[in-house]
Amino acid sequence: METTNRQITLTPELFEPAQRSTQEAEKITGAPTGFWSDAWRRLRRNRIAVVAGAVILLVLVLAFGGPWLTSYTPTGQDLTRQYTEPSLSGFWFGTDQFGRSMFDRVWVGTRVSLYIAALVTAMDIFVGMSYGALSGYYGGRVDNIMQRIVEILVGVPILVVAVLTMLILKPGILSLTIAIGLTGWTSSARLIRGQVLKLKEQEFFLASRSLGASTFRLISKHLLPNVFYIVIITLMYTVPTAVFFEAFLSFIGLGIQPPDASLGALISDGAHQMRFYPFLLIYPALVLCLITVGFRLLGDGLRDALDPRMRK
Amino acid sequence: MATAAGDAILSVRDLRISFGTYAGEVEAVRGASFDLRRGETLAIVGESGSGKSVAARSIMGLNPESNTIVRGGEILFEGEDLLTLSERRMQGVRGPKIAMVFQDPMSSLDPTMKIGRQIEESLRKHLNLSGARARERSVELLKLVGIPNAEARLKQYPHQFSGGMRQRVVIAIALACDPKVLIADEPTTALDVTIQAQILELTRELQDRLGMSIILITHDLGVVASTAHRVAVMYGGRIVETGTVREIFYNPQMPYTWGLLASIPSPNADRSEELIPIPGTPPDAIDPPRGCPFDARCPYAMKVCGDEMPEPTTFSPEHWAACWLHHPMAPKVEPPARVRGER
Amino acid sequence: MLKYMLKRLVNAFVVLFIIATATWFLMQLLPGSPIQNAEKLTDEQEAQVGEQYNLDKPLPVQYGLYMVGLAHGDLGDSYQFGGKPVTEILMQRFPVSAFLGTQAIIVGVVVGLLLGVIGALKQNTIWDSAAAFLAVLGVSVPDFVLAPLAQYWLGLKLGIFPIAFFESWWHSVLPSLVLSTVIAAVIATFTRTEMLEVLGQDYVTLAKSKGLSRLAVILRHVLRNSLIPLVTILVPLTAALITGTLIVETVFSIPGIGEQFVRSIFDKDFPIIMGTTLLYAFFFVASYLLQDFLYGIIDPRIRVAGHKE
Repeated sequence: METTNRQITLTPELFEPAQRSTQEAEKITGAPTGFWSDAWRRLRRNRIAVVAGAVILLVLVLAFGGPWLTSYTPTGQDLTRQYTEPSLSGFWFGTDQFGRSMFDRVWVGTRVSLYIAALVTAMDIFVGMSYGALSGYYGGRVDNIMQRIVEILVGVPILVVAVLTMLILKPGILSLTIAIGLTGWTSSARLIRGQVLKLKEQEFFLASRSLGASTFRLISKHLLPNVFYIVIITLMYTVPTAVFFEAFLSFIGLGIQPPDASLGALISDGAHQMRFYPFLLIYPALVLCLITVGFRLLGDGLRDALDPRMRK
Repeated sequence: MATAAGDAILSVRDLRISFGTYAGEVEAVRGASFDLRRGETLAIVGESGSGKSVAARSIMGLNPESNTIVRGGEILFEGEDLLTLSERRMQGVRGPKIAMVFQDPMSSLDPTMKIGRQIEESLRKHLNLSGARARERSVELLKLVGIPNAEARLKQYPHQFSGGMRQRVVIAIALACDPKVLIADEPTTALDVTIQAQILELTRELQDRLGMSIILITHDLGVVASTAHRVAVMYGGRIVETGTVREIFYNPQMPYTWGLLASIPSPNADRSEELIPIPGTPPDAIDPPRGCPFDARCPYAMKVCGDEMPEPTTFSPEHWAACWLHHPMAPKVEPPARVRGER
Repeated sequence: MLKYMLKRLVNAFVVLFIIATATWFLMQLLPGSPIQNAEKLTDEQEAQVGEQYNLDKPLPVQYGLYMVGLAHGDLGDSYQFGGKPVTEILMQRFPVSAFLGTQAIIVGVVVGLLLGVIGALKQNTIWDSAAAFLAVLGVSVPDFVLAPLAQYWLGLKLGIFPIAFFESWWHSVLPSLVLSTVIAAVIATFTRTEMLEVLGQDYVTLAKSKGLSRLAVILRHVLRNSLIPLVTILVPLTAALITGTLIVETVFSIPGIGEQFVRSIFDKDFPIIMGTTLLYAFFFVASYLLQDFLYGIIDPRIRVAGHKE
């Protein structure tokens, strides 16, 4: 039995019933928590993810607005000022062998790379989601066949597909998008299919179905909200992968060709001239790394924040 | 069920355990005290979040090291305070002296290790048995818990056993070194009702045979009624009432206990009788209330209940409860009809 | 188990078959043929070259010959190098790439496991954050950024390592290290996640409750259950390794398969390009099979029951 050190003076009023409504009893002490507000709070607390998010935002802003900051253009050549070292007063990122402003080129290149990545991601989500949803929804034979196909596609490395595709198609934004996205959608498809299968067994699904809801309605009202967070997280990881592959393909000569710029093409050029002009490599490489690291960290943060298990 | 009188083999005094989390310090156990007598089964009853599992794990020092903070209290066993023992010495206690059975038999066993080996680990470490001797003892143990075909079963993996069988294996592992105390943390919650009965029957038998003292943690009063000698009711990290099974079921003194008893559906009742759940949810462990933890949900709450923690009042050698209703200045209150009607 | 493996083998063959066929189709679509690379030839010589490359036979026959050739390991002949068989060229370069790759794997696995285990055991401490940060960098910074940078700083500026070529073992150290970063990073992240998951499992608490020492619990229960899932990343790791060698060999001018591949792309030597692509595909599919095989051995459920429950 514990001993209290404080002397409490007990008066008769203290023993009157406490005025309280049943609502108070139901009140959960502590700040309100809902799934999304919880997740948002957790995300905000994750300093790394917040910084990553800020960096990505910065890159996006610069990608579109960067060239406006200077009076130079990404394509303006002037051989008299080739290979200028970067400086704050002159060219911020230096110039290349044609005297073009690297600052402008880098941001234009970023735009291209991000554009390709966005297209690939869109393809990934639409193709993958539709495929997976349909496969899971119809089930049975259809599902079996569709899954067999996926199994085979999964066994084909992206490298092989990308290289082969780029060999026949002329290098360009669209062909790169196809090359990179051709087999990447399989993981989305699988995830969505899993979700659909799970949902199919839940009661509210059967209930809605028996009420005669159409397929479309079912998918949009019940499936989409549940898979929303899967989509977001997949997005976070597809973008850096796509950017990487575009850069990789450019590096081995199958990507964006000069005089067009993309991060990969710029890095490739820079790597070749790195011996004497390292800045040609460093700046595009830096931007690329900021993108890949940023998206990955943000993706990790989002995943941790949205993971229902972490609510403990 | 006869009450087992005897001296305390394990005493928990004013235990305070907290966890450090990203959201703040979670006070899981806030001054819990209870005794386990030799040869008896003590049931610790409470809702999820009451701190009962944490308290049990604290006895064995099994709370995660990284964020567990012992804020105070003692756990007295064989003349020593377990909270002060080094990890090394605790390893000597776990197994031979005190053993534990967990809730979910599906996840309690290492899926990639054969059952026999999992049993033998204890035997090797504490009893220095090896080879044939160890295997003999393992077979004995499996037979003891009622698993047929013991020799063959030793070579199998957990997934080859059904849920009830797995729990028997877990019990066998716990008994391997003849512990004096067995802590069973919701051992039947994850099992079917029929299997539940079998497992409870088994524990009763084993207790009679081996004379162990058992702490049974549960939220199911039916289990309490059929297996326990004494009961400790836990709420909001504290023990709010303690007594023999008879005393708790027939003469409960604390509104929370009343609520628990009243919410058991009666098989004799007709459909017109409502089920009376206790409204509300357990208190926030990060920001615990200053006074009685049950204050927010208690239909008899008085002003003093929110401000001050009540001192326990003793009703009999085994029976005490902590509630302001027992204070001389408090109004006289009768337990609700349903609780009174349970005679 | 046997049934399971057979199924996987059939699948593997189907994939390879499809890739080979697709490759052959592409070959037909590609511009450029051996004839273009030479100067103007007389009709006679053209016919001769045509015959040499089987270009005069009808398409289905060409396909058949091609597939048969593949089955025998014949990848066709290069357009350059005087018609040397592609297989021969690749086999010559194979030991170099294999050596680099093996070194990278050894270093990557060791470092990765260490970082992962430390991160899990010292969760949420400075060690964990440091390990996690290194891991993210390792995965996100592409080899084609890291390699030139490493070459510049450690090779050119600081002079610790040679910049290029493959004249001694020391020459292989820097490329292997660069190659190993991805491997180490992936293994570290994965191991840490798995270990943390396992550490939170009931059976680990049960093991502790038996009074086992911390070391025994980790060695006997935690490690085994954590490392088993590592088999899952075998395949993506192989893919990463292959893409990595391409870059690293090119940057450091190491005479391996990857360097040849990149060069052939510039030279438009399609037989080599196709041959190498097929070779890579083969490795990839083989790693898939190996993964499935290991799954079969490790997971007692498959081993005992013959199929996954």
